[in-house]
Amino acid sequence: MTRVILSALTSHWWRNPVQLFTLLAGLALATALWSGVQAINAEARASYDAAAATLGEAQFDQLVASDGGLIAQDTYIALRRAGWLVSPVVEGRLQGVRVVGLDPLTAPGGLGPVSLSEGADIGAFLFGAGQLFGRAEVLEALGDTGADLIVANDIAPGTIITDIGLAQRLLGQDGAVNRLLVAPVQPLIQRPLSEVAPDLSRRAAEGGSDVGRLTDSFHLNLTAFGLLSFAVGIFIVNGAIGLAFEERRSMVRTLRALGVPLGRLMALIVAELLAFALLAGVIGVGIGYLIAAALLPDVAATLRGLYGADVGGTLSLRPVWWLSGLAIAVGGTGLAAGAALYRLWRMPLLASAQPRAWAMAAGQGRLWQAALSALLLVIAGGLTLWGEGLAAGFGLLAALLIGAALALPVVLDLVLGLGERLSRPGLVQWFWADTRQQLPGLSLALMALLLAMAANVGVSTMVSSFRLTFTGFLDQRLASELYVSAADDAQAEALVAYVTPRVRAVLPLISVELTVAGLPAELYAARDDATYRDNWQFLEAVPDPWDLLARGEGVLVNEQLFRRAGLSLGDAVSVATDTALPIIGVYGDYGNPVGQVILTETLFRTLYPDIGPLRFGLRLPPEDVADLRSTLRDDFGLAEGAMINQAAIKAFSLEVFDRTFTVTTALNVLTLAVAAFAILMSLLTLAALRVPQLAPVWALGLTRKALGRFEVARAILLAVLTTLMALPLGLALAWVLLAVVNVEAFGWRLPMFLFPGDYARLTLFALGAALLAALWPARKLARTPPAALLKVFSNER
Amino acid sequence: MNVRVFFLLLWLPIAAQAQGFAGLGATGDGFAVPERGVPLTFPADHGPHPDYRIEWWYLTATLTGPDGTPYGLQWTLFRSALAPEAGAGWDAPQLWMGHAAVTTPDRHFVTERLARGGVGQAGVTASPFVAWIDDWQMAGDTFDEMRLTATGPDFAYDMALLANGPLVLQGDAGYSVKSAAGQASYYYSQPFFDISGTLVLPEGEVPVTGQAWLDREWSSQPLASDQTGWDWFSLVFDDGARLMGFALRGDDTFTAATWIAPDGQATAYPDGAFQAEPLSQSTVAGRQIPTRWQVRLPDKGIDVTVEALNEAAWMDVSVPYWEGPVMVSGSHSGRGYLEMTGYE
Repeated sequence: MTRVILSALTSHWWRNPVQLFTLLAGLALATALWSGVQAINAEARASYDAAAATLGEAQFDQLVASDGGLIAQDTYIALRRAGWLVSPVVEGRLQGVRVVGLDPLTAPGGLGPVSLSEGADIGAFLFGAGQLFGRAEVLEALGDTGADLIVANDIAPGTIITDIGLAQRLLGQDGAVNRLLVAPVQPLIQRPLSEVAPDLSRRAAEGGSDVGRLTDSFHLNLTAFGLLSFAVGIFIVNGAIGLAFEERRSMVRTLRALGVPLGRLMALIVAELLAFALLAGVIGVGIGYLIAAALLPDVAATLRGLYGADVGGTLSLRPVWWLSGLAIAVGGTGLAAGAALYRLWRMPLLASAQPRAWAMAAGQGRLWQAALSALLLVIAGGLTLWGEGLAAGFGLLAALLIGAALALPVVLDLVLGLGERLSRPGLVQWFWADTRQQLPGLSLALMALLLAMAANVGVSTMVSSFRLTFTGFLDQRLASELYVSAADDAQAEALVAYVTPRVRAVLPLISVELTVAGLPAELYAARDDATYRDNWQFLEAVPDPWDLLARGEGVLVNEQLFRRAGLSLGDAVSVATDTALPIIGVYGDYGNPVGQVILTETLFRTLYPDIGPLRFGLRLPPEDVADLRSTLRDDFGLAEGAMINQAAIKAFSLEVFDRTFTVTTALNVLTLAVAAFAILMSLLTLAALRVPQLAPVWALGLTRKALGRFEVARAILLAVLTTLMALPLGLALAWVLLAVVNVEAFGWRLPMFLFPGDYARLTLFALGAALLAALWPARKLARTPPAALLKVFSNER
Repeated sequence: MNVRVFFLLLWLPIAAQAQGFAGLGATGDGFAVPERGVPLTFPADHGPHPDYRIEWWYLTATLTGPDGTPYGLQWTLFRSALAPEAGAGWDAPQLWMGHAAVTTPDRHFVTERLARGGVGQAGVTASPFVAWIDDWQMAGDTFDEMRLTATGPDFAYDMALLANGPLVLQGDAGYSVKSAAGQASYYYSQPFFDISGTLVLPEGEVPVTGQAWLDREWSSQPLASDQTGWDWFSLVFDDGARLMGFALRGDDTFTAATWIAPDGQATAYPDGAFQAEPLSQSTVAGRQIPTRWQVRLPDKGIDVTVEALNEAAWMDVSVPYWEGPVMVSGSHSGRGYLEMTGYE
């Protein structure tokens, strides 16, 4: 019997291949975008984890020099001999590669090259020429160091792990280490840290890497996009399943009348859906993989550019990801089919099949929908006023978008009702009424369109506003015409002596890393120069900040630090072990993940006499830059790579910026395409059902062609109305992104600009999509054989 | 990477051809090899011998608390060389491993430290004598009077050592044969330390006194390739005499022993004179380990039962083994220490 029921059930799909295609395609698309985004996130997270595991920041407390400098190896030994189980880490960059040196004998558990046991001679790691562990491309980039190269793909990208002794030699850092990892279990008796090493401070394990925390917002962004696409896809599936179930009501009734138990029937329908879900899931995960593989290089470039996080550019297949893709497909199907299954289960055995009932029975549901929508919008308002933190920002986004989407059918119904009332009786009034009558069947697709368009408007406004601000900021900050760097202190001195008579000003760039208000930050020295006074703008400042700065009576901080640490003007900020100065100004510092403090150069040099400048900004007339470059190269002997002019830095920064949002744009376009597909499918499926309603109109004398034109006009009308609602929603979204999410995620608030040209283009695109989507069903309608229309009358149910 | 797996490999540089303690049987390329008839000189030989592959300073003590509760403690510093040179800085090919333990009748505390030579984290100087790894120390102006400290996550001790007898050279004037094929090590002991001090245990501080025994041994190739482990006894009898005996398990068991009279007079016994026979096994750390033995040295009328104070004295460290205090009864009574290695 099971076979008979199954063949009855599946016969429906063979007769309606478009519905089957819609179901599978919607589900596959939803799964694809979701799992593609998940794959990218997973890959990036795996890279961060590898980095964090390599460096141990995540698991272990650390001891660092309070002044941000190096720790003498003797201090390390003194700590060990005082009962402190600490392990030294040496870290630095060589040819752009991060070199990390560990002492495997004291390193806390789990740290170091994982595959060392694979045929490795341990003695060779510790002693002799030494060994470097890293990914093949990184080992290649480092060049020949005399040490054995061991390819290890579980090591973080861009990183080399080696023994501490070799790392010290490679980095020219004999007798000094960068930080000490504190083992989680310490002996019963040890001397206090303040007694053994008063210059060190203990930094708690971060429970997640620095980079992981910084990039959370980026991944949350991607996840939000994945979810949005998934929601849109599920709208499609919901439509397809709802329709299929309604069409099969009569068959279900017949089967039950023939004695098929309800339980068996339901089980078989669920099995059928499960099979579809798995099939679509496999297809979706496959497509998702392709999407992820195509986007990953851009994501990797973004993360490197924006956060300095190294992420591998190739995707690895993770079983977890396959499973989660299939699970989301099955879950999504359940979500989409739940209501339909419930109704089927509750359907009275002898109730007559009512094919249009699902579309018509909107009245009470609409009320609930309006109430839910209002509730969500109230929540969004509440979060705007009182919400705090990134999660609240995203909660606000979700409440706003879903609330607005739920409100759409209600609003459209009101507008169409108004149109109906205002128009003269006759064809026009029928058009409004018929459009309104179709609304329930189309509303899911329209909601999808609304979401996709609003996301598009919101994200493009955010990105474009960001870009405008960023470009202005670059002009402000990159004032020096040429930037040069010296290899060591001696060359730096010679360089300054050489260029000083040739340029208008030499601005040294010196910095030291330190902890400010519990957050990692960089302290920069600024020379009192017109360059800064002329170009820098403050978000907030006391009067005459530059004079105060020059007298060493205050510091400037960037917006990120200011906001994250909850500082205000006048608050004292610690710039050295026992020196604290008040904040006299706050400046925008877009694109920089860490906090920054600026101190006058004279005071900086007093506090940190050992740190000499190696990089300089040179002020000179722009037309002289090329000449100075060649003189520096030929006369002074400075390598070409040690000079970079302003234009090149700007171009590079903007390139990084643009790559950052390539992924966003790509996902945006994909989402919109999915929405257009949703409209097409809804119209197509509706067209077939509407014949009984159109037949009387046709019988009254309207040609089939005219009916087709009405179909197109209706689609465009609905798209226009949806667009009208999508624009303000999109702008609200942009505001949330700029003023709430960005502040929480990056620490800066950006001004919002409007881009009417972009919005007009998007509107045209949406209308075009609706038109295209309506054309096929309209054409189909125009070609409906008169016999089919006549049948409606001869074939009364 | 698992540091312990790492270190296991490191400790046994020729792990490919041998496993576990049997790795000590590898040939020592480039390393010096003990020779019969070379006199030991002190205090120089208290210090390290970097051109030999392995070396240890191995102290065990049987202790008694104020209420008569028996305790045992262990303080061991191992040196292992990757190459036969002292070296300096991180490049020094000398590696150090410290084990400390305290055994009570129902608990066993163990901890381990690892260190590179050459940077000052661990090492030994002969005069004044200092053997250290991290904050652990065995040190004194002379070898006869020293302070001994160690601390772990859940225990610590601080003890004073005072020698009341002479050094004892094991084997043939310190040349100790380890197999029928002639593998040997340099080996001497100080079995006459009086020890007193404080154990810091989770339940509080316990003042203790007792007898300590220090073994010093270095070699480059102490085991034959078929030898898989050993059972090592250091017994202190109530009458003041002492017995060191060991059985090296291989295709044939190889034994050796030294009888030490109360005045320090030593008599070495060749293979076969000393016999140790397991009486019963205990399941410790998932393996069967003999924790009760019948030990015989017929020449001295010794026929005693040696039984672990705490069967669970398992040293769960990089290269795990069993080491704990024992109680001696039978023809003679006393206390001592037992070490068993190579039980898989």
